Amino acid sequence: MMRDITLGQYYPVQSPVHKLDPRTKLFGTLVLIIALFVADNVFCYLAAAVFLFGVIGASKVPVGHIVKGLKPVLFLLLFSAAFNLFLTPGEELAHFWVFTITKEGLFRAGMMAVRLTFLVMGTSLLTFTTTPNQLTDGLERSLRFLNVLHVPVHEIAMIMSIALRFIPILVEETDKIMKAQMARGADFETGGLIKKAKAMIPLLVPLFISAFRRASDLALAMEARCYHGGEGRTKMKPLKYRTADRLAYLLLLIFPTGVVLLRVFL
Amino acid sequence: MGIIKAKNLIYHYIKWDEEEKAEEISEAVRDVSLDIETGEFVAVLGHNGSGKSTLAKHMNALLLPSEGTIWIGGMDTKEDETLLEVRRTAGMVFQNPDNQIIASVVEEDVGFGPENVGVPTDEIWRRVDECLKAVGMTAYRHSSPDRLSGGQKQRVAIAGVMAMEPECIVLDEPTAMLDPNGRREVIRTVRDLNKEKGITVILITHYMEEVIHADRLYVMDGGQIAMEGTPEEIFSRVDELKTLRLDVPQVTELAYGLRKKGVPLSPCILDTEALVKELVEIKRQRTVQ
Repeated sequence: MMRDITLGQYYPVQSPVHKLDPRTKLFGTLVLIIALFVADNVFCYLAAAVFLFGVIGASKVPVGHIVKGLKPVLFLLLFSAAFNLFLTPGEELAHFWVFTITKEGLFRAGMMAVRLTFLVMGTSLLTFTTTPNQLTDGLERSLRFLNVLHVPVHEIAMIMSIALRFIPILVEETDKIMKAQMARGADFETGGLIKKAKAMIPLLVPLFISAFRRASDLALAMEARCYHGGEGRTKMKPLKYRTADRLAYLLLLIFPTGVVLLRVFL
Repeated sequence: MGIIKAKNLIYHYIKWDEEEKAEEISEAVRDVSLDIETGEFVAVLGHNGSGKSTLAKHMNALLLPSEGTIWIGGMDTKEDETLLEVRRTAGMVFQNPDNQIIASVVEEDVGFGPENVGVPTDEIWRRVDECLKAVGMTAYRHSSPDRLSGGQKQRVAIAGVMAMEPECIVLDEPTAMLDPNGRREVIRTVRDLNKEKGITVILITHYMEEVIHADRLYVMDGGQIAMEGTPEEIFSRVDELKTLRLDVPQVTELAYGLRKKGVPLSPCILDTEALVKELVEIKRQRTVQ
């Protein structure tokens, strides 16, 4: 059951969006987020919708698959929509008990719901079309300017990619320890929340010890292979912008400008 | 001077108590001197705690000697300036295949070493192609290491070391966590690299079957080198090996027993074929008489 955990949930198909440089996609996601927060009328959202669904279409990831990703945030979505719906003052439409629905409230609730939906869809599209490794590479490269502030960008990216590599190994190990403890009579299933939490101790202690041992082994192996930080390091797969990326950047300039214009003039 | 040369090497493991005072000092390696020539296949044998892994870690400058000196390709491992060069000259493969693969794609892991030493991108690709081919893992280059068997993972680890174009590879019990098939796979790969590419191999192990093809053996006990010689020389000293808590290969022991009982076999037989051949020969001679 624990083996099914996937992080990054990459959706492996061949598409122009998959082939884009991760930096382009990161920038695109950022542009979408900003545009969605700038947007304040129907036309802005229409523009965002055209942009988002255009990219989804190009990515060949089924819309249904992306909508499924909304499930975990559904509660948050309804919650914020409800708040906007009932708590915005303005022209009254309906009234029952302590709740009042206003015209403005209805409008804002709708906006909020669309904004959040688009936000989640846009960001999950990034992880659907980019492998975790490309993502860390892209982050490392785009955040390189932080080196000036002595932020260890390369090291953080390395930690991220190693963490990703070890997730399946540690999941498997958890499974193994769990079975070993169950074989000796440990009970992970019954009891209340506190009892269940306490039952996790015999699982977590060996898991941590083994994780530390692995970390120490891995550090030794990395050192043996001449790892000495990001300095003087070359890349086997360096990131390179192609024509498609240049076109994408052009689009990423037109889209937010359009949104800003729509907001100012309409 | 050979590619690896150690002179009076001593290493102390120090156990610290809570007040950071040395509580106990144990000598893991005691006064070891050895000289390994380029292109040799050397095996180091020993039971657990004999100091063989500690010795191996000195060959990659992962541990520095407490006393004495070890030179790798003529470089003293204690010199800071040549540290990377030492590690590039003597690559190291460890016991646990999971804990030494860094990347989540096979080919990227093989490229990790060359990336670290600043090899240009095109050259990295050439080396990755070549090394994956050398260990027979080209078909898996885009796979995730999690999907490979133990033996395959170790072969990837070997390719990762090879990609740095070392002159010698130190393998620290590379087969201890593998099944018999994986063990054979790994040992065959290592032997091929030694034969075809002329890479110096130092194989650390406690499996006797793996060392019969070595050019030379060192047997370690209590941090010291207890025996040294060719496999034939070492394995003919069955009683001595037993006092060091090591077993000889089954065939060798059988031949040894037969010889004791008066069967005229040669002093050291290392594999089944050799034994069968000699026995057949003896039988033929007897029927002729």
